[in-house]
Amino acid sequence: MEALTDFVQFIIQNLINALQRGSFYAVISIGYSMVYGVLMLFNFAHGDIFMVGTYIGFGIATLFLALFSGFLPGPLIFVATVVVTMFLASWIGVFVEVAGYRPLRSAPRASAAITGLMIGIIFETGILILLGAKRLSFPPLMESIAYNIGGVYFTNVKVMIIILSLLLMLALHAFIQKTKWGMAMRAMSYDFLAVPLMGVSINTIAPLTFAVGAGLAAVAGILYGQAYPILDPYMGVIIGWKAFVAAILGGRGSIKGAALAGYLLGFIEIFVATIFPSTLRDLIAYSIILLILTYRPRGFFGMEHSTKLRL
Amino acid sequence: MRKIACLVTVTFVLAMMFSTSAFSARKTIIKIGINAPMTGDIPKVGEGSKYAAMLWLDDIEKAGGLDVGGKKYEVELVIEDNESKAESAVKANTKMITQDDVLAIIGPQSSKQAVPAGEVANKYKTVMISPWSTNPNTTLDRPYVFRGCFLDPFQGPVVSNFISEEFGFTKAAVLYDVASDYPKGLAEVFKQAWEKKHGPGSVTAYESFTTKDTDFSSQLTKIVKSGAQVLFTPQYYNEVPLIVRQAKDLGWKGPIVGSDSWGSAETIELCGEACFGQFFSSHYAAAGAKGATKAFIDRYTKTYGYVPDDVAALTWDALRLAQQAIQDYGNITGKIEKDREGVRNALAKIKNFAGITGNMTFTEEGDPIKCAVIVKINNNGEYEFYKSSCP
Repeated sequence: MEALTDFVQFIIQNLINALQRGSFYAVISIGYSMVYGVLMLFNFAHGDIFMVGTYIGFGIATLFLALFSGFLPGPLIFVATVVVTMFLASWIGVFVEVAGYRPLRSAPRASAAITGLMIGIIFETGILILLGAKRLSFPPLMESIAYNIGGVYFTNVKVMIIILSLLLMLALHAFIQKTKWGMAMRAMSYDFLAVPLMGVSINTIAPLTFAVGAGLAAVAGILYGQAYPILDPYMGVIIGWKAFVAAILGGRGSIKGAALAGYLLGFIEIFVATIFPSTLRDLIAYSIILLILTYRPRGFFGMEHSTKLRL
Repeated sequence: MRKIACLVTVTFVLAMMFSTSAFSARKTIIKIGINAPMTGDIPKVGEGSKYAAMLWLDDIEKAGGLDVGGKKYEVELVIEDNESKAESAVKANTKMITQDDVLAIIGPQSSKQAVPAGEVANKYKTVMISPWSTNPNTTLDRPYVFRGCFLDPFQGPVVSNFISEEFGFTKAAVLYDVASDYPKGLAEVFKQAWEKKHGPGSVTAYESFTTKDTDFSSQLTKIVKSGAQVLFTPQYYNEVPLIVRQAKDLGWKGPIVGSDSWGSAETIELCGEACFGQFFSSHYAAAGAKGATKAFIDRYTKTYGYVPDDVAALTWDALRLAQQAIQDYGNITGKIEKDREGVRNALAKIKNFAGITGNMTFTEEGDPIKCAVIVKINNNGEYEFYKSSCP
């Protein structure tokens, strides 16, 4: 009996770990999917937009904590940080679209894809030159309290990350389904040639899409800073790759798919490391994903029209 | 008029040359070379080496020279800048050996320069002691090259001994970066040492991750469930804070122990209170030092206005080792090749040398067997000397 409770504890503990990890992959991979839906290309700078968003969040959080920590309640500072960071970071998204992608819109697809990589490198080195190679520590926006319920350990920060990520995705869903802008984005992903003829300019929708993706990534960055409070200019590279994998696995252009695949990726990574020696984690985890893609090349929710154009 | 001026100058120069050579014929000066990065990437390291050397020279001068076999000799330091570059370090060594006729060389500090410079010193049969280089190749198959610090893997058994004696634990867990040489090597050596002491299976969890990972929750969950009493993680300052915090969040109660890679000031800046009370092994700790170590630290701080780091302390020990070897040799002939060989043999025979960074005895390879310092991160976030731990 005790062995069983032990086992259940172990499973629940790992589920919580996986939910936290998966939340980051999910929120970031949505950014890839949204842009793909509209422009039919992957924004490879997205991982670095996430990084820049985290640095902006760091700056805003440090500033607000210094200004208001005496007389404003903690949760309010947190919300203010999220809102201001989201606003500022969305301009980074707009900048990437206008400066990087717009001039190359009619260029060969490969050139446009490379643009993202280059912008990413510019961001990395830019931050490196601006702030130096020194690692920064993200200030805690809420006091971390550890709970132990029946042998399962979690903190309020973990719970907050999981819930806030879910809320964020629900809000995005509502935005896309219920608003005029959302409808325009959906229409664009259905047929990006016909929609401009209906009076919806791609020069409005594309920056909007980038802005929303960057805003989401920046919130993910603040949450990331709460869970893993060490910032470095290359922090977005690996997580960006993995979120990109999730976006493909979920089905190109499918936001629901990207979110689900993000969680799945978190689960696979955590449970593979739990069952097998941790040295083999990425080897086994990504072999599993390769296998899934072999049998479902369009990912979970990929539609036929979204794979017509290669890359 | 010009001719006369010229003549006068030449006469002067000649006279001076003659007088110095006449002077040195009567009196042999012992020259010690310092090969240090005074400029380049790590000038602070060069400065620490130079300052420690100047304190040492000060001592010698106060005593009226270096006493060798009952005779006082004047000592001169030849400080050469290696610009933190391998080529310059080789050049500096060649110059000091062939032109300045130094009896022994202290430095270079970093392995990047010490490995190629050691080749030169060994070729010209001149004693070289690198205070700070931890790469095995520096001294490997080079009878004339020595070092003042222990090698990286050496910390494995030391930490394993410390934990067993201090806490009486028998079950340990290890978490390390499989993609980085230093942690990987150290994790392996620690595991061997621990299992040798406590039997197979006493390392209850041996978990790894890869460089740039930030989430260690699955590894740490396994470690917590494995029933380990202590966690050993030989990681760097950017990973230690994440590991320590995540471990605590997942219900880890035991101590977390590391190696000298923790020793950066940034570890505490990034980790904060979560790291207070943890231990790591190191070459040296300034806070809480006692005896001769404290005397050195106080004197250095008073003279130069800041607390010396490990480079300064190890350089001091290296110079004192060279001094000991010269005195043990006991008979300066003035024939530099013969004297260099004699000093080398004396240095290799030194047993239980009492250094400020620990007692040292050299192995055949020229690496010291010495005790490591166990540092405790105290409640003010300072690295405090806790105890000395020997292999």
